[in-house]
Amino acid sequence: MKVIADRDVCIAAGNCVLTAPDVFDQDEDEGTVVLLRDDPPEELREAVRRAVELCPSGAIRIAEP
Amino acid sequence: MTDVTYPISRRRPLDPPGEATALARRAPIHRMTFADGHRGWLVTGHAAARALLADPRFSNRPEHMHLPVPGRMQLLDRQKDPRFALPPGFFIRMDPPEHTRFRKLLTGQFTVRRMKRLQPRIEEITRGFLDAMQAAGPPADLVEKFALPLPSMVICELLGVPYADRGRFQDDSRELLSLEISADEMFAAMHRVLSFMGELVRRKRVEPGDDLLSGLVETGELKDDELTGVAMLLLIAGHETTANMLGLGTYALLTHPDQLAVLRDDPAAVNGAVEELLRYLSIVHIGPIRTALEDVQIDGRMIRAGESVAVCVPVVNRDPSQFPDPDRLDLTRDATGHMAFGHGVHQCLGQQLARAEMRIGYPALLRRFPTLRLAVPPEEVPMRSDMTIYGVHRLPVTW
Repeated sequence: MKVIADRDVCIAAGNCVLTAPDVFDQDEDEGTVVLLRDDPPEELREAVRRAVELCPSGAIRIAEP
Repeated sequence: MTDVTYPISRRRPLDPPGEATALARRAPIHRMTFADGHRGWLVTGHAAARALLADPRFSNRPEHMHLPVPGRMQLLDRQKDPRFALPPGFFIRMDPPEHTRFRKLLTGQFTVRRMKRLQPRIEEITRGFLDAMQAAGPPADLVEKFALPLPSMVICELLGVPYADRGRFQDDSRELLSLEISADEMFAAMHRVLSFMGELVRRKRVEPGDDLLSGLVETGELKDDELTGVAMLLLIAGHETTANMLGLGTYALLTHPDQLAVLRDDPAAVNGAVEELLRYLSIVHIGPIRTALEDVQIDGRMIRAGESVAVCVPVVNRDPSQFPDPDRLDLTRDATGHMAFGHGVHQCLGQQLARAEMRIGYPALLRRFPTLRLAVPPEEVPMRSDMTIYGVHRLPVTW
């Protein structure tokens, strides 16, 4: 799996951090998405898929399932 | 078939209007006549609501908007009157990129991490109001003693608004959300809050503190009138939302004792329970509303440019394709994906603050008063059907 995050699109709602905190974080100043890793292992993928679904702005997506 | 109007009246206080539920069973989107006669649309399905709110071809700007319910229509009739213009900086009613500019100045203040840092202070504030309520003894109005003051003090401290001045904005903040207020009353209330916030912004320029407003002043990005508008928006939003979730949520828990026990007794259940209460209660019961800037298809229906679309969140959050057995309050279910905070670029800026307040507030209340119960029959609790944010006006409790 390969995850892509677009900080220009991100509105810093924080859903991804609540859903998959091992993969997503928020920038200290702007609050926009920071990828902790873009290649989540199997056990984190379900949470990543859910985070992508919940993202209100479409700022995160999965490039390679 | 006659056009529908916006469903608002409820037979049961915690369920969506029966008319909305009946419509949702037929289709996710419906033709609807707005309060000014405009023929637009009503969304009752979860997927349609998501599609609408995520689509940049829909605007949230006030000049496009038709309002679904009467009560504020005088305001629209008089929209050309400059007194009724929204203050600059009221970014909830902007579209990108203008909206983006304001929101990005604030988002760093409302992250998951910032809210974690705020937790000890929220806990302290919570204890303070519970102590006072306990000391005064039963019975009590939970709204007055707990549900309103907790988020009010938290947002005041965050923004840098003196809580001691709350007499200057709490009543007006409530008035601004009334559906029954006259245009003149609304203008007067808005003017009072704006002049209070304007004074405050000017003071922060001279004596900055360690708070959000001072921080915004220091960025140098915003003019005073914009800062004032931002401050007013955050103050109102910080007051009326969590306060009503705490009030209505406690009502829901007291009338569902098995669910109350889950939230009181199982710390691991709290986060999920708060999401379920957000879904089940859906206190934003009128709108959000968007207007098409061009022709757009939503769920197979063609929305024409200029047509307004209103979402009925209470029924969207009971969509059975998203939430099985949706009318059951089940604090152990996975309620994520609810639309209580909206969706798209306007999704609630303060949602992590609201979550923190509720995750702390509900269990603290229920553990402090293990015998908490309504002091009146449930049907005598006055519901906020007359307000743009649903909830309870008062919640008489005893213990």
